[in-house]
Amino acid sequence: MKIKKVATAGTLESSDIFVQVEPNENGIELELHSIVYNQFSEEIEKTVREVLNDFDVKNIKIILNDRGAVECAIRARVETALIRAGGVEN
Amino acid sequence: MRRSMLFMPGNNAGMLLNADALGADSVILDLEDAVSPSEKDSARILVRNALKYLDYNNCEIIIRINSIDTNYWKKDLDEIIPLKPHMIMPPKISCAKDVQIIADYMKTVERRYSVEKEISIIPLIETALGVENAFEIAKSTDRVKAIFLGAEDLTADLRCKRTKKGDEIFYSRGRIVTAARAASIDAYDTPFTDVEDEEGLREDAEFAKGLGFTGKASISPRHVMTINEVFSPTVEEIEYAKEVMDIIRIAKEQGKGAISLHGKMIDAPIVERARQTLEMAKALGGV
Repeated sequence: MKIKKVATAGTLESSDIFVQVEPNENGIELELHSIVYNQFSEEIEKTVREVLNDFDVKNIKIILNDRGAVECAIRARVETALIRAGGVEN
Repeated sequence: MRRSMLFMPGNNAGMLLNADALGADSVILDLEDAVSPSEKDSARILVRNALKYLDYNNCEIIIRINSIDTNYWKKDLDEIIPLKPHMIMPPKISCAKDVQIIADYMKTVERRYSVEKEISIIPLIETALGVENAFEIAKSTDRVKAIFLGAEDLTADLRCKRTKKGDEIFYSRGRIVTAARAASIDAYDTPFTDVEDEEGLREDAEFAKGLGFTGKASISPRHVMTINEVFSPTVEEIEYAKEVMDIIRIAKEQGKGAISLHGKMIDAPIVERARQTLEMAKALGGV
């Protein structure tokens, strides 16, 4: 899947995550900010990379601002941002 | 056992996380009014992931989809049906045909994803035409297990003011209950929208129970406990029901046709009510 435009999904409310994706030419560039960074950054990044892999995204800049979201919310927000950025109607 | 149905906005990650921990018998994950048009995609994907990854073991899950006059409802069903929620709640149902269109599409999606279970429907009746057609809606397909009155949209359609007392929906409430009972399904009452007014909620719920509603929806977790209380049989009702069933058994053993309890004739409707009370108490773990 090709990232065609900048897109966002999610919110900065508690238990949610705000995701911004941008086109990128140099592979996967991931920037994570989280209120639980010390405890869960690896798990969050693993989940995000799984979703990127599911959508076959090879080049992307993805900025994540996490407010304590659980796995299903992270998956949902990343997926929504990708779909919005790919020009695929959903 | 469904006494309370709690609405939760479908695009709120935090609320979805705790949806089944608030005491409601059913949770309605809302893709319709609680979600702005620009976030319909986001809510649909969030609810689908919540159903896939969270264990909603403590309550029944109902999904309120968007109405059939939008471009969203088929996409809602495409995303949600494969996750097998207990029920689908289509809003603004005005006739049997509306339900049949949705049921037909649900069948298509169920086949596409090899969903063996036939998912039930609880139509939300919130138009004047819907109220008038309540019985045909209730009988429209075997998937319909209950009907639910939505008074906010209804009163807008009736061009009257929505009041706490609810005189303006008295006819509609009666019609919904009668239609549901005639079709042998359950009837659910509209939410009480003043979150702060506990006394008003209890009065409203007791009135609805008195009319024959099975339970009531809520837009606030704070209302759930009161609704559950009101729509559960009381200790006195359970004790009386036991007495009725005991005396009926004794009467049968003694070959008596007519029997009385505490000076009151016990006839078939009283026995049926006692049976329903004990059935409900049993479901709640009370007997």
